[in-house]
Amino acid sequence: MKPNPLFTRSKEIRQDNWGRWLCYISVSILLLLVVTIIYFISSKGIQTFTKNHVSVWSFLTTADWNTGSLNGKADLGALALMTTSFVTTMLAAALATPLAFVIGIYVVALQPKFGQKFVQPIIELLLGIPSVVYGFIGLTVLVPIIRRHFGGTGFGILAGALILALMILPTITSLAIESMRSVDPSYQKFAYTLGCTRWQVIYHVILRISAKKLVVAVIYGVARAFGEALAVQMVIGNTVQFATNLVSPTATLTSKLTTDIGNTIDGTLPNNALWTLALILLLISLAFNLIVKGFTKGDRSA
Amino acid sequence: MNRYLIDRICRWLIYAVVAAVVALILIFVGFLITKGWSTVSWQFLTTTSDDGIGIRDQLFNSLYLLILTLILSCPIALGSAIALTIYGEKSRFAAVAKMAIQALSSLPSIIIGLFGFLLLVLKFKIGFSVLSGAIALTFFNLPILTQSMSLAIATVPSSRLNAGISLGVSQWHTITKVVLPEAIPGMISGVVLSAGRVFGEAAALIYTAGQSAPKLNYANWNIFDGNSFLNPLRPAETLAVHIWKLNTESIGPNAELISRGTIVVLIITIVAFNFLARQLANHWQHKIYR
Repeated sequence: MKPNPLFTRSKEIRQDNWGRWLCYISVSILLLLVVTIIYFISSKGIQTFTKNHVSVWSFLTTADWNTGSLNGKADLGALALMTTSFVTTMLAAALATPLAFVIGIYVVALQPKFGQKFVQPIIELLLGIPSVVYGFIGLTVLVPIIRRHFGGTGFGILAGALILALMILPTITSLAIESMRSVDPSYQKFAYTLGCTRWQVIYHVILRISAKKLVVAVIYGVARAFGEALAVQMVIGNTVQFATNLVSPTATLTSKLTTDIGNTIDGTLPNNALWTLALILLLISLAFNLIVKGFTKGDRSA
Repeated sequence: MNRYLIDRICRWLIYAVVAAVVALILIFVGFLITKGWSTVSWQFLTTTSDDGIGIRDQLFNSLYLLILTLILSCPIALGSAIALTIYGEKSRFAAVAKMAIQALSSLPSIIIGLFGFLLLVLKFKIGFSVLSGAIALTFFNLPILTQSMSLAIATVPSSRLNAGISLGVSQWHTITKVVLPEAIPGMISGVVLSAGRVFGEAAALIYTAGQSAPKLNYANWNIFDGNSFLNPLRPAETLAVHIWKLNTESIGPNAELISRGTIVVLIITIVAFNFLARQLANHWQHKIYR
């Protein structure tokens, strides 16, 4: 007996259900990916503590990194790596932020036409350049210059921070332009009718209103700088120690990972310790995410 | 000091700083191009690094990985974008998914590379290969591609969907026949932009696609042969990894020369991608919203 067409699903409905399923499956793949990344890196990363019985406290608060078995005992401390990562990143942000804000003001408030047509595309040109290219320029141009003028080997925090500053300049600039542009123009008109000068409008109206979003722009820049691996690895010197000054070789979390993960044997203590570094890096970048979330809470446009 | 003077000083300072930064960037890019320009020649692009300084295999690997990555990531990103912007627009699930995608897009690429190394090379034993590299690049590309596709779909007015419902056709029908064609320009420029990012990525690849470029045979079309250019299980060093490798491990006599040439090829390709994305977006926009 043929089924009554009134009680069967039409072709359209079946297609719709299929399509819906396919779409939800793709989202699930994405979610699964995030969960798997966190699970895998964590399960590898905590083995240093669970299997090799290194104390968490000493891992986070000592600075010697010595995986070799000279005296049969390894010293594992990530403090120097973390400190260098933070110092380099902060220095880069401190260099790039004022420049980015100034360019933002120029493009949004002073010369919008010329700014949008020429200045912004030129800044965004930097966004497309791969990080190894920055590293290469750092290695072949910046390091020799630093060596000549500041002494030392040239490798170190200064070279790393300068390269990172150049890399995050376009990130912060684009976001700063976006947030300054979102300030309601009527406020600026009010300020002008009250007799404010251009600078007063910029300083008291545009910057004040967009302040919160500007902070978010800087955090995005900092997060990008913190996770950058290859460019930093090429100019930082790769020696695990507290930098005594800005031009002495040192190492960051990312540079240590890049250099060593291929040279250690899977499952051994030196290898596990590196995965712990990866876990720390992962947690810190998730923390940056939470900070951004906190800042943009209740703010739909961001 | 009077406020007009302050205004003038600040403005001139801003002009000076902007001029300096723009000049610096132009010098930087100009330096990169002019220094490497003399290295780039037909021979540079078509010989292998075993024969001298050529980058033929690295160039092919970069393009091959790019194509595989786009094939893998576009359908998933498209499906996710539809699910997030149309089917589950205001659901709790979509909110969680958006947060996860945001988190994924902010992960450092070295973390993606290490995860790929752990999952594909160590767990699944695929080894350093084109396939591992393409999957890792897909992980790297997915969140950003999903975001740009969602944005493109969200710009299509929701009245289209309501019109579809009032005509009695299914939502899927409206999406595939009305919404997606209208969103295509935005999506294509998103894809091209992400292609530029993928093309220059190195940190996600050094421990997945590997750091060696075995000599390839471009006449061998059997994808299961070790020296075939299509074999997905061979290691594949890309242009960006080539630059990194040349400058970190045992710097050879020609390292700087080759790097400079490779950088020119990389930058010109990426700038071309970005330019193309902008042109496509403009072109389609004029066609649709005339």
